[in-house]
Amino acid sequence: MKRTDMYERHVAAGGRMVDYSGWELPVQYDGTGIKTEHLNVREKAGLFDVSHMGEIMVEGPEAEKWLSTLVTNDIFVMRDGQVQYNIMCNESGGVVDDLLVYRYGPAKFLLVVNAANVDKDREWLTKHLPPRGAAIDDISMKTSETALQGPAAEAILAKVADFDPSTLKFFTFTHGANLGGIPAIVSRTGYTGEDGFEIYVPWKRGAELWDLLIEAGRDFGLIPAGLGARDSLRFEAGLPLYGHEFAEDLGPLEAGFGFFVKVDKPGGFIGQPALKRQKEEGLRRKIVGLRLEDKGVPRSGMDVADPSGNIVGKVTSGGYCPSLDANMALCLVGTPAPEEGDPLSVIVRDKPKKGVVVKRPFYARKRGNR
Amino acid sequence: MAKIPQDLRYTKDHEWIRMEDGVGVVGITDYAQHAMGDVVYVEFPEKGRKVRAGEDFAVVESVKGANDVFSPVSGTVLEVNDTLEESPELLNQDAYANWLVRLEVADPGELDSLLDHAAYAALLEELEAENG
Repeated sequence: MKRTDMYERHVAAGGRMVDYSGWELPVQYDGTGIKTEHLNVREKAGLFDVSHMGEIMVEGPEAEKWLSTLVTNDIFVMRDGQVQYNIMCNESGGVVDDLLVYRYGPAKFLLVVNAANVDKDREWLTKHLPPRGAAIDDISMKTSETALQGPAAEAILAKVADFDPSTLKFFTFTHGANLGGIPAIVSRTGYTGEDGFEIYVPWKRGAELWDLLIEAGRDFGLIPAGLGARDSLRFEAGLPLYGHEFAEDLGPLEAGFGFFVKVDKPGGFIGQPALKRQKEEGLRRKIVGLRLEDKGVPRSGMDVADPSGNIVGKVTSGGYCPSLDANMALCLVGTPAPEEGDPLSVIVRDKPKKGVVVKRPFYARKRGNR
Repeated sequence: MAKIPQDLRYTKDHEWIRMEDGVGVVGITDYAQHAMGDVVYVEFPEKGRKVRAGEDFAVVESVKGANDVFSPVSGTVLEVNDTLEESPELLNQDAYANWLVRLEVADPGELDSLLDHAAYAALLEELEAENG
């Protein structure tokens, strides 16, 4: 199993290490646990080691034009220093991966992709490279990534950064930053539904940055948070997880992320005809949110039934949401899908548990000025 | 280090049982609650259900996932701990004070085949060693 530069820090902090896509990472820390870590991120701040994430550089005079043909969002509207959420589709409109695109300039982009998909993505990109004008470089193993998330993140970062983090707007980044002597790329992004930053440093400086941030966050209630809280936070905030809300045979429109799919984008993109057709003909399936009213916990893969007991779909992600103190699920169901307020059940160990369709996302923070 | 009271019998699956006035009181161990993490729901068997030793008859759901609970002995479910319906997190606070189920034990002789505290402590040590 692969270990990040922060491995020793996790073990020392009581991290319960698990195998996640071939990486040995903490699911939670003894003494806090998922619920406490989750709530701490919502109320104060949490520090996540996300060095398992993949980073791929795209460079060359054709970089912008080429990249646009691989992703669903319109990258031509991006300004330098902007970050954009994107989806990379296959020909049938399913999802190869979802990713963040960082724009340095028209000839240089950074792609941040899921750990489980790094190899697949690199092969996919390589297969579609133009004969000249664009090249990719997988720098995943050269890059440590740390996510500093929560309302106190800005104040904590301000203590160690050589720039004023309050000037960094949501979904923008700065490269060439310096955090306590460590060169860093810092973006105001995250996977928790809170304000926060994702910080990329050279692989071997990961633990040093970890120590620096933990120390800076001491007075702000910063604690390390594991993969368990990362998942419960993203789920509650309505953020998709590859392999759950997205898959090679489950596309972005069905998953409810059509906002990031510009089907009429000039120049086209892989999957565009399929997605356009889906849009015109109407979706056959879609994901709806559900709150369980009966007691029980819905889990990924469980069947979903209508009030007459007919199986109408499956849970893509489910579980207890600490900030709502409720058991929630995302359900992929056939259309016409039930509407908000309609009854819908989850079959938990052969027993239907009643629930109601609710709006997504389940949790949204009160946004400030960014 | 997980707590292991002396007066209980244990299973390899981390349940405990105590005889109280001829009734078997069953719960999960401190090690189990710790391994599961934050408990958010307990699914109990119906009263009157007959269970065999080793049969899964309850589920403890934590934020992380669902965990089956196996009956240490054969018997009939007399009572379930309603307190845990409302406050499942009590299991994380004290796994021995918060029992799950009271059983009419079919054959008290089955208790002899369960682990005593020393044997259970040895099992936990083994597990600790395996997991580093």
